[in-house]
Amino acid sequence: METALKKSELVARLRSDIAALQGFRAPALGVKHDDFGLGPVMKAFPQGVFPRVGMHEFISQSAEQTAATSGFMAALAGKMMKQDGLCVWVGTRRTVYPFGLSQFGVSPDRVIFVDLKKDKDLLWAIEEALKCDALSAVVGEIKELNLTESRRLQLTVEESKVTGLLHRVSPRLSNPVAAVCRWRISPLPGVTDDVLPGIGFPRWQVQVEKVRNGEPGTWPLEFRDGRFELIDESVSFHQYISKAG
Amino acid sequence: MKRYVAIWLRHLLVDRVLLIRPELDGNPFVLATKERNRMVVKASSRNALKLGIEVGMVLADARAVQPELEVLDYDPSLPEKLLHALAEWAIRYSPLVAIDLPDGLILDATGCAHLWGSEAAYLKDIATRLKASGYDVRTAMADTIGAAWAVSRYSRAFPIIQPGEQLSALLQLPPHALRLEAAVIEKMQKLGLYQIKSFIYMPPSVLRRRFGQATLDQIGKALGTAHEAFEPVQPCEPYQERLSSLEPIQTAAGIEIAIQKLLEKLCERLVKDGNGARLAVLRCYRIDGEIQQVQIGTSGPSCSASHMFKLFELKISSIEPALGIELFVMEAPVTEPLANAQEALWDLSSGNKITRIAELIDRLSARAGTGVIHRYLPAQHHWPERAITEAVTLTDQPEIEWRTDQHRPVQLLAEPERIIVSAPVPDYPPMLFRYKGDIHRVKKADGPNRIEQEWWISDGMHRDYYAVEDEQGGRYWIFRLGHYNEELTAEWFIHGFFA
Repeated sequence: METALKKSELVARLRSDIAALQGFRAPALGVKHDDFGLGPVMKAFPQGVFPRVGMHEFISQSAEQTAATSGFMAALAGKMMKQDGLCVWVGTRRTVYPFGLSQFGVSPDRVIFVDLKKDKDLLWAIEEALKCDALSAVVGEIKELNLTESRRLQLTVEESKVTGLLHRVSPRLSNPVAAVCRWRISPLPGVTDDVLPGIGFPRWQVQVEKVRNGEPGTWPLEFRDGRFELIDESVSFHQYISKAG
Repeated sequence: MKRYVAIWLRHLLVDRVLLIRPELDGNPFVLATKERNRMVVKASSRNALKLGIEVGMVLADARAVQPELEVLDYDPSLPEKLLHALAEWAIRYSPLVAIDLPDGLILDATGCAHLWGSEAAYLKDIATRLKASGYDVRTAMADTIGAAWAVSRYSRAFPIIQPGEQLSALLQLPPHALRLEAAVIEKMQKLGLYQIKSFIYMPPSVLRRRFGQATLDQIGKALGTAHEAFEPVQPCEPYQERLSSLEPIQTAAGIEIAIQKLLEKLCERLVKDGNGARLAVLRCYRIDGEIQQVQIGTSGPSCSASHMFKLFELKISSIEPALGIELFVMEAPVTEPLANAQEALWDLSSGNKITRIAELIDRLSARAGTGVIHRYLPAQHHWPERAITEAVTLTDQPEIEWRTDQHRPVQLLAEPERIIVSAPVPDYPPMLFRYKGDIHRVKKADGPNRIEQEWWISDGMHRDYYAVEDEQGGRYWIFRLGHYNEELTAEWFIHGFFA
């Protein structure tokens, strides 16, 4: 009995050691971790902690998905930047409208856009930006990325602890990369009521396709008032309104 | 175009004596020294001058004029010492100040006068301050040293000679104003040439034959056709470091070491002066006579050798050493005073963050070229393309708040693209639209939101924007250009995508 207890303890300790080696830090008791308001999505991550020290890969196939992903990434980066952080947004053919970022809790003047002219500078620029530990997050828009290149970026992230968000817009291959997490964000139709005009708040189908040591899953989320909220299909919009007063 | 100021301290030595011994004021006194076995007057006070005791008189003659004459010792090195001290004081007016023995100063005032408001105010300030400290002073300003010198000494006219007006300013003056040799002046006096205008229009060959080449040179210097050497008391040393190699350097490692050494020396000097380099140029002199040059720019003044080395490191591959490099010269032609390191730009926890980000930006723009880094600030325009303006520096703060009440897309097309729509009634959102071959059926729409063209910036029609959502949940920002018109079908465009 005693040995069995010891064994299970040993296994648990080894597990946490391995997780630490892979870039996950075990949540210390009493320390509150940022959950970025992701709510139920946090269940996907190992020990329920968002892997800050890692590359996150986002894949989008269409212009609509690209926009949804940009919005989601901006919202995530905004949560990471908090009040005074800075973010670098690297890409070659940028279509992101800085003004539009302000709706996702990002002050657009805290984002430094690096609009490269040549694709071959992309990886280098992303790596350089990830090395700079004065930044809160680095967003990179890159089409193709192989395992070796992504491994290199992941190692840089582990060194500098700057979260990297890689946006792969319609990649030819969805080859495995060394990111800790692969996301796919697609737009969902918004819901409005007769009382509320317009097209409603941004809604996304947030899919965590792959996550190291975690549980992939899919969640419908809505972004409103600077927070992610799980869409509860059972709650009708009349109730929303009554809740809001 | 250059501007020079000549300052003439008429009674330099006498004024100096009076400053030290004010009790002598009012008494005739002279400064005399031994010259060819007799005492000769070297400087004479105002009262002594009135009695006819002039510089160059033998002291015995002076004593005959005024037996109670006070005689002080003359120190031949004193004028230079005095002028040097005054020149250092005058650096407040211009970084380039030269001594003009025996009793003057020359200032290179190019680009300095505007700091005092105007050239007249500049000259007035110099004269008042020198007069307040007890010196009798006359000043003049002109394009050339020669003209300024002449006007300060020999003209009673307005002392500021407008650019290019040297000749007309000189015409009325005596030939002495050209700083000619005594023998030449004597000859001119004999010939009756009492004013410059009486000989300046003579052909140069005639002047050369009569008065020598030196006279022509002096005329040229005063008119600005000949160059006059200017030797400032405190030369401004450029930020330049040299490193010669014992053996020609051919390897990248060797070049790296050279750059490191040069940068260390350069940065040491920059730190001492409180400056930072904005531009650094490395010139490599090859043994075959070619010069290889690379340069880096920084986004803010930098005096960090390691940072600048990183920037140069990216350029080393473009240096062709060929047979070898024998001399490296590192120069910082553009420097700026270092900002106070404690001046936080954003309220970051440590100001050091900004430095590191600035260094990152330098590295990125050094490799990828200029114009790749953008940062945006809000602008007071509704027109989407003008609602943001580019920040010039990393430290610019937004003057107005970012507006979150306006619904703007997260992706904006660089140019609005044409779409084909079918709209039921004017001013209603379309029912469906075709973009890039796909038909999108509009389920929800918000609008119209009319944005008028800003007529004071450019002409054109207004845009009626609609935010629409199709059945898949894709959200688009589309607009109709101008009003509905009976003759023309309305033009619709897609401008962006909402998240």
